[in-house]
Amino acid sequence: MSAKIEGWGRYPSQEGEVWETQNLQALVQKMTSQREVIIRGNGRSYGDAAIGEKTTLSSRGLNRMKHFDPQTGLLTLEAGVLLVDVLNCFTRRGFFPCVVPGTKFVTIGGMIAADVHGKNHHRDGGFGHYVSSLQLILPDGAQTTCSPGENPQLFQATIGGMGLTGIISQATIRMKPIETGWVAQKTFVASDISQALDILKRTDEAPYSVAWIDCLAQGSSLGRSLIFAGEHASRDDVSGSSDMALFPDARRARVSVPPGFPGWALNRTTVASFNEFYFRAGERKAPDAELIHWDSFFFPLDSILSWNRLYGRRGFLQHQCVVPDNNSLSVLGEILERFARSRRASFLAVLKRLKGGNGFLSFPAPGYTLALDLPATPDVFVLLEEIDAIVVKAGGRIYLAKDARQARHTFEAGYPRLDQFKQLRRSLGAEARFQSRLSRRLGI
Amino acid sequence: MNGEQRLLLVIGATSDIGRAAALHYASEGWSVCLAARSMRAVQREADDIATRTGRTVSCHVLDILDAASFEPFLDHLPRLPDTAICAVGMLGDQSISKTDFVHACLIMRTNFEGPALLLNLLSHRFKIRGSGALVGVSSVAGDRGRASNYVYGAAKAGLSTFLSGLRNELSSSAIRIITVKPGFVRTKMTAHMRLPPVLTAEPEEVAAAIFNAAQGRKGRDIVYVRWIWRFIMIVMSFVPEALFKRLRL
Repeated sequence: MSAKIEGWGRYPSQEGEVWETQNLQALVQKMTSQREVIIRGNGRSYGDAAIGEKTTLSSRGLNRMKHFDPQTGLLTLEAGVLLVDVLNCFTRRGFFPCVVPGTKFVTIGGMIAADVHGKNHHRDGGFGHYVSSLQLILPDGAQTTCSPGENPQLFQATIGGMGLTGIISQATIRMKPIETGWVAQKTFVASDISQALDILKRTDEAPYSVAWIDCLAQGSSLGRSLIFAGEHASRDDVSGSSDMALFPDARRARVSVPPGFPGWALNRTTVASFNEFYFRAGERKAPDAELIHWDSFFFPLDSILSWNRLYGRRGFLQHQCVVPDNNSLSVLGEILERFARSRRASFLAVLKRLKGGNGFLSFPAPGYTLALDLPATPDVFVLLEEIDAIVVKAGGRIYLAKDARQARHTFEAGYPRLDQFKQLRRSLGAEARFQSRLSRRLGI
Repeated sequence: MNGEQRLLLVIGATSDIGRAAALHYASEGWSVCLAARSMRAVQREADDIATRTGRTVSCHVLDILDAASFEPFLDHLPRLPDTAICAVGMLGDQSISKTDFVHACLIMRTNFEGPALLLNLLSHRFKIRGSGALVGVSSVAGDRGRASNYVYGAAKAGLSTFLSGLRNELSSSAIRIITVKPGFVRTKMTAHMRLPPVLTAEPEEVAAAIFNAAQGRKGRDIVYVRWIWRFIMIVMSFVPEALFKRLRL
């Protein structure tokens, strides 16, 4: 059945069929009978990473869990299992994934393929760091095991490899014990970008930290932010409040953005008033510690279903870059300045510290990452080209899982291990088999 | 059951409805026995449910067409289950069964003969024990015969009637007999069909409806998962045959 295939940003969009089965054998058969396929998880990458050049295969039918060992925290599962299912099953038993991205509606396979990072990347690294092994279906249909000790090259290429080395069918991931399902959060206020970077550096000790930026603020308040630092609350933290369950279940989303939501509703005025309100509210809270439900702390946007419709029919682009530590202040200042001058309103702007990555094409690098959402209009494409130039000059790169538009030269400048990756792909015979619109666009 | 863990048996456990029901019961704290034709396939579901819920799940091989194996199958369960759900079903192809006796026979035996005989055996054992709930997943297709699927429909009608008779026979006992007529469900069986969203339930909805009917204090005897199907089937039952025969449904 034909439908629209698109990423979370709803740009680009393509007519086609996403082929799905619950049977691994059938999936392998289909894959080996096609040229230029890509595997798609839950479609939460923003751009064209999970849109097949010719055929798109879904991993969603491979959604069975296999084994959990509470002694080691190792969980073995098929790659199409959703993170939300893992959370629902295990937070109540006192276990939490070592790394979670900003939404829980992603598959485990997708988390590996994008080597996703969370609010703890500055301390704990990316999701790939906690994959102890995985099963990969190679271009000829053969299944192989990869881990840091077994086929290490292939393992490193597959972590963050955007599905271009093979189909991840199964993985074993490490979970960590938690004492409660609550997060003790402290809020800090930064009146400009330099303070924001200072506070992020100072809160390096906190397991989780992230900054929300008011990207419409200009002049002396350029980059004014709220920094949220958190850690898993202990039993003692929670025991004071008797009405709080130790391990609360996931929150049910109550709000959903309807189809056909008008794109003009999200404009400079509405976003500016929201930002002002949000900033003031954060100022009032700071710096007292408070207990936040795990779902609200890690996945605040999941409480609004289909929030990607906020930008209307035309869709939106998310721009996420990382810039190295040296000169980060002046580079980020320049980028924010450029955004502010464009008078474009971003619904969301997030800044956080990263450390080094795991895979050949992993996004994280030591430095600061900045993510912004912008409507997919012609002037925004021009603006983002300019921003990319700043990023490249600073020695930074753009996140593939968010990308729908970066130029090939931007990509090539940002990923120094690309040649190694391409070479491995050639030796596997993966080039003829696995192609997404992203890999074609960037010549991977 | 006073703290003792309750036990569910799912026959046809690799079907989407069977699997969802097993997961729902296990999440409610039940132990589960899964039965299906292929050991490999049923093991996959058992591992999934055990990992998700931390409950005890056992696997059993059962061919619904092999009635001689039913008694030993029941004898080999860890114990007699408190609730048994038969989610076996095969839609088949009406156009093929028109000319192919073997195919038609397979649809009839899979949807009616096997499930009815097995549920009958279980009802004997439940009756001796004096408790239990039996759930048969039947179909709205069994309520009236339609040109597009009457071999399947007739088999399901047989199952519905069989369950209705059992219910009548056991009405004075504590044994519950529940007939489920789910309407459209988004499953492997219907993956090739374009289904109207309002009329189409998710397997998890069916599972929840089964649990509420079988374990609720005042559960229904006949469960239509979405209320709209109860309404549709009432309206359908009023259409006189003289008119019904001309409808293209």
